[in-house]
Amino acid sequence: MIRARVLVSGDPISLAHGAEAIKMALEAELVYYGLEKEVQVSMSGQLGRRDILPCVVVYPEGTLYGPLRVEEVPYLVEEHLYKGRIAESLLAPADVLSGQLARLPRREGVLYGQQRVVLRRAGLIDPNSIEEYIAQDGYFALAKAVTEMTPADVLQAVKDSGLQGRGGAGFPTGMKWQFVVNQPEKKRYIVCNADESEPGTFKDRLILEGDPHAVLEGMALAGYAVGADEGWIYIRGEYTLAKERLERAIQQAEELGVLGDNLFESGFSFHIHVHAGAGAYVCGEETALLESLEGKRGIPRIRPPYPPVRGYHGKPTVVNNVETLANVPAIVRNGAAWYRSLGTVKSPGTKVYTMLGDVNITGLIEVPMGITLREVIEVYGGGMKDGRIFKCAQTGGAAGSIIPPALLDVPMDYATMQQNGASLGSGALMICGEDKCIVDLAYVLMRFFVTESCGKCVPCRLGTKRMLEILERLRQGQGTQEDLETLERLAPQVIATSFCGLGQGAPVSIITALRHFRAEFEAHVAGSCPAGVCPMHGPAKEAPVSHAYLGFAH
Amino acid sequence: MTMNTALLEDILTRHHHDPEALVEILRDLSTAEGYLTQEMIQAVAQALRLPASKVHSVATFYSMIRTRPRGKHLVEMCQDAPCHVAGGRAVWDALQQTLGIGFGETSGDGEWSLEAISCIGLCSVGPVIRIDGEVYGNMTPEKVREVLARVAAGGEA
Repeated sequence: MIRARVLVSGDPISLAHGAEAIKMALEAELVYYGLEKEVQVSMSGQLGRRDILPCVVVYPEGTLYGPLRVEEVPYLVEEHLYKGRIAESLLAPADVLSGQLARLPRREGVLYGQQRVVLRRAGLIDPNSIEEYIAQDGYFALAKAVTEMTPADVLQAVKDSGLQGRGGAGFPTGMKWQFVVNQPEKKRYIVCNADESEPGTFKDRLILEGDPHAVLEGMALAGYAVGADEGWIYIRGEYTLAKERLERAIQQAEELGVLGDNLFESGFSFHIHVHAGAGAYVCGEETALLESLEGKRGIPRIRPPYPPVRGYHGKPTVVNNVETLANVPAIVRNGAAWYRSLGTVKSPGTKVYTMLGDVNITGLIEVPMGITLREVIEVYGGGMKDGRIFKCAQTGGAAGSIIPPALLDVPMDYATMQQNGASLGSGALMICGEDKCIVDLAYVLMRFFVTESCGKCVPCRLGTKRMLEILERLRQGQGTQEDLETLERLAPQVIATSFCGLGQGAPVSIITALRHFRAEFEAHVAGSCPAGVCPMHGPAKEAPVSHAYLGFAH
Repeated sequence: MTMNTALLEDILTRHHHDPEALVEILRDLSTAEGYLTQEMIQAVAQALRLPASKVHSVATFYSMIRTRPRGKHLVEMCQDAPCHVAGGRAVWDALQQTLGIGFGETSGDGEWSLEAISCIGLCSVGPVIRIDGEVYGNMTPEKVREVLARVAAGGEA
């Protein structure tokens, strides 16, 4: 009889700081008290709080302890699990949760008020155990689909749900699948894009680390709907832990027969392979990803034809983001109407965000579409750090927009953000206080694209570099009015003429920064950085552009 | 560096001698050996029956595949916005000062290489550095000096 569960944070940071040793110490102490049959210890994924790692959660109370050292484990076990009292001295610091005691609501996720679909199981189950996944309704949707539904039914459910791609563009998932169904070619593929590299975004990593089976089930459902019997997960090379967990999950699923041949005696077969990348942001672009998957340089292909027509090995291919696929089992299980009850009319469902920067709580949240940025900061971020005043947010990684205070109360969904000249992007929310300089920020964002441009097309390869040089001059106090005009002319040109999403996304931050913070750019031209961040060495006609803080000098 | 043919064979076998696994084969080889020599590139090309030019072009495209010698210890720092706004510049300067080399350089004694990298998805604990594959979050100039001293002393970082 299990009466309590202890989850140990099993993300890379925790593992680097002795999470394994903590788990072993917990097990040893439980044996000492004879509790090993009553208390179950599991390694989990990320538990939502990044400031207290390594940490453990004790259920059913949902008490959060951390940062925990291995020598503190005996006291924790004695107090909480043997004597049944909260080990007050080891509780996660309360001040970080804006005065709230660091206790997690039972089975409600990590922060109060979140609506969890994608992350429903993350942090509650052991990601290395298929049994725990199944115990939480796992593979139920797949069984139901292949035994009771036709492929067309599954496709219709996803269409009706209004699910949009969570990789950034928000393309309707059902429509993408329909394109593949329409192809005469019968060999088709499902590709899961797990090459998450947008700066500030790590939601897919945490989904994969916390609940890998949900992604596998989503892929199998996609395969059933479009008539594909094979899938690939292209995961970025740096995500070694997520890759390990995926490989273990696939093995377990094949052993149990929920992946492989003739699933649930239905005649439907589905196999999944994992392919790890080797470090290239551009491989997140779907056609570059397919090139890389085929063992080539990750350079985008000419489109059309798009992957649903000619993708992997020239066959019709669905390329979906991790979070998109992780939504699919819940949609098939609970129905499109249920899914539409979450979020907004135009963008149903939830969105997983990573919260960063000048807020009191950083980390991962899953909230309904249409929540405002102010709510995110006040409710989930615990307010601005050190009482700073909100200056701007940067959404969706480097390719996202700069959001000024005027847009704090705009509902965040794909359509509404677009109407306001902003993009939701991949789900990073980087919050900046008034001590940050907009020119400096734009410079760092542009440097990313200069480093990561694949070099195929001129507008991206050189356009990003010219914009970076101008921003560097502005930082040095050597910029001119003409430089601002060049930026304003160049940025839309790079968007209009770049070959793929990398070049088309690169100037977005500059354009939105100039639109909302023009005065700050003017101040730099006049020779001062209002935030006091930029070096501002003053006008010097022949001063060489300093690349000291650049990584691409070689 | 003499080539470890047993290691190469091992990696090729792991990936079923599949030319489509070229990116993974080169990454694994580079990770194991530190970097790829021309000799290794030739050997991979021969084993997979691919033109050496193609293998070279793939090897030089990806950041996790290295084709230049590096120091005994590889120190990398994320240069992107989330780490930058979390105090990255001070850490950046501290790394260069402590090691006495700039980014993209290797120290004269061959001990240290310092590289800038793109976001590795650990943004909520920025600034992030990585030493010989181990990640360190919430860095400050003081912590940089501490961690580097520990690595230099040969201890577990």
